[in-house]
Amino acid sequence: MYYIKMDKEKEKVLGKTNTPRRTAAAELRLFLGGKTENRLRTVLQILSKQYREVEIRMSKFFKRSALGAKVPHNKHTSHLETVAMPLPSKIVLSMGQHIGAPAAPAVAKGDQVYVGTVVGKAGGFVSMDIHSGVSGIVDGITTITAPNGAPQTAVVIIPDGKQTVDPDIKPPVVTDLKSLQDAVRASGLVGLGGAGFPAAVKLSPKNLDEIDMLVINGAECEPYITSDNRCMQEDTDYIIKGIQTIMKYLDIPKCVIGIEANKPDDIKKLSEVTKDMPIEVKELPCTYPQGAEKVLIETCTGREVPFPGLPSDVGVIVMNVTSVAFIAKYLETGMPLVTKRLTVDGDIVKNPGNVEVIIGTPIQELLDFCGGLTDEPGKILYGGPMMGTCVADLSQPVLKNNNAILALSQKAAQTPKATNCIHCGRCTNACPLGLSAKEIARAYEAKNVELLYELNGDLCMSCGTCSFVCPAKRPLAQTLALAKIMMKNGGKK
Amino acid sequence: MANKLIVTAAPHITGEDTTQKIMQRVCIALVPTLIASILIFGINALILTAVTVIACVVFEYGYCKLMKREVPVGDFSAVVTGMLLAFNLPATLPWWMAIVGAFIAIVIVKQLFGGLGYNFANPAIVARIALAVGFASRMASYPFPESGVDALSSATPLAAKAGSEAYRALLLGTHGGVLGETCALTILAGGIYLIATKVISPTIPVTYLGTVAVLSLCAGQDPIYQLLSGGLLLGAFFMATDYVTSPTTRKGKLVFGIGLGVVTCAIRFLGTMNEGVSFAILLMNLVVPYIEVLTRQDKLGIAKVKKGGAAK
Repeated sequence: MYYIKMDKEKEKVLGKTNTPRRTAAAELRLFLGGKTENRLRTVLQILSKQYREVEIRMSKFFKRSALGAKVPHNKHTSHLETVAMPLPSKIVLSMGQHIGAPAAPAVAKGDQVYVGTVVGKAGGFVSMDIHSGVSGIVDGITTITAPNGAPQTAVVIIPDGKQTVDPDIKPPVVTDLKSLQDAVRASGLVGLGGAGFPAAVKLSPKNLDEIDMLVINGAECEPYITSDNRCMQEDTDYIIKGIQTIMKYLDIPKCVIGIEANKPDDIKKLSEVTKDMPIEVKELPCTYPQGAEKVLIETCTGREVPFPGLPSDVGVIVMNVTSVAFIAKYLETGMPLVTKRLTVDGDIVKNPGNVEVIIGTPIQELLDFCGGLTDEPGKILYGGPMMGTCVADLSQPVLKNNNAILALSQKAAQTPKATNCIHCGRCTNACPLGLSAKEIARAYEAKNVELLYELNGDLCMSCGTCSFVCPAKRPLAQTLALAKIMMKNGGKK
Repeated sequence: MANKLIVTAAPHITGEDTTQKIMQRVCIALVPTLIASILIFGINALILTAVTVIACVVFEYGYCKLMKREVPVGDFSAVVTGMLLAFNLPATLPWWMAIVGAFIAIVIVKQLFGGLGYNFANPAIVARIALAVGFASRMASYPFPESGVDALSSATPLAAKAGSEAYRALLLGTHGGVLGETCALTILAGGIYLIATKVISPTIPVTYLGTVAVLSLCAGQDPIYQLLSGGLLLGAFFMATDYVTSPTTRKGKLVFGIGLGVVTCAIRFLGTMNEGVSFAILLMNLVVPYIEVLTRQDKLGIAKVKKGGAAK
């Protein structure tokens, strides 16, 4: 009885704390003020806890090294406030800006559209509507080359400069989970961390009652990119509102925001505002790829997402900071996803910075807005240098799931020459998933599909860590991507 | 301009470490020991090292030219092999024997199997063993620094009686032996440099030395003497950690290190030979492929399945 009372008292004190340091301070106060027997009990508890932790760490130590890569941060633009880019001369809205089925054009040449008008209708459950970010006239339906090289239908709109908002735009009424899911679906939101997974699908897990943790991704582990960082600085309130909305309607008791240690300002700011909430801000080590979904879940919750499987299988929903901030904004204004904050950087951009840009703006116009390029470009990237895709021509538009446009000089774009593998094992020890890239690459060259399955080649998420750490500069991540294709095709290259 | 953009698959940046830089660091780590050996054995040590290094580089270059292979210019791996080989030879060894050793290391062990990254065992170790077997008497005639360079053939420190004041001699290297195994201090310094610059992981040296220490205690031998004498330190830090011929995972390194310790002690305590390190490393090199397969890492989210169950 006495112990129960003690625990309740302890809970009362500890319940108000949310950072590890505050919890520790409160525990110390309780400890010093308590009776001898309680002190002894606490010491024993701490010891057993420590022992468990050491045990877990030791088992983890030999499970897999998962050292990650010490990539250069290059976060030159982290202190630069977001600037809005003026209207472009045209916007090109690709119908495939998300994972899943592409949308179908819902307008025809000559149609009048407004800001927020649906121009592409979702092509299925795992798909998303596409909205116009300008008011103007549809110039036509064309075909562009998607980042993966495949042709993609796109709607071209010429702005009229008035930016008239679609009369149908009004804040959605959200009263329960269903209406929240519908609202998010109508907002056209896709995972803004880069993968572009439709957000409404994420918020509709099959095992809703098993979800007990919301993990918010503020890791931003890719070099150069600072758009999530700016979001955490500029839209802090929206992030918190978004988190609270999701926690409320999905009935999730706990939330962890993971932020890499190279963003101390964000960690400080978010820790301050979440002081009295069941939201923990977790500092993540600065090793790429902390922001990869499975790695983030493991670091934040200690849970391993099974393969094949989804985060919901271990009771977790992961969302990007920018995505949750957008949900809160959408619920306030009803304006769908038509603009995006992008980091424009790279060694040849004249004025690097963070730009709020209308989705569909051609990259050439965005680069011109940033002062143009100081040198002949070697590579232009959608996204960061670790996982970003190359842009084949500058007339290509900005997509929903972009968080950066990088321009690299001819020199920086050169691929170093690959030499013999020296079996240093850096790829194996760096892989966040515990794969052995050198073994998989060798099995691929030998076309040994059975061995590829034994080595779990299909688990690879193409984060690029193995290629980055390889001292022989071998294109391991690229080979592993080919190996995955070979596994799908049953042995053919 | 639009069509001049380069399009490749991600990632678009790579780390700063290269094979060349790694090999250069190994060379730097070996320099203190080289200086120590010159101080102990005289200028002969430097000449012998120069001969093996040049011979190794020339053999590598010549063989690659002859086979019309791309010459791995400047990756420094031949230099490392040359230095390690020299460190395994007594200072009085005739130069032509050293050149034979270089030929065995570079051409037979390394290039015939496919060059850098394909050798089945550490080239310097195989060359040392081949020379020790082929020129047994010259390889075993260790010069004693006290009595000048051209010294008498005598027992190695391992064969000599252990004494407490012997520790100092072993640490400083003022005793008989081959070039690189006498001065324990400089080898330790080089090893620590390699660990600090992340060229090698401490797992193999620590488990190797630890196993030898424990087994020495069990066998009633003096563990400190066992650790400091013979080629153990050189082997543990520089030869056993050779990337190509050691396992890559933490578990594998642990198994490898313990295996090395057991074999070394078995040869030292039970065999008739004094030096077990070379044979232990060679033996363990040969089982590395098996260790690799049996000590793979656990992958994130993959439930452990019995062997063969994963393949569909």
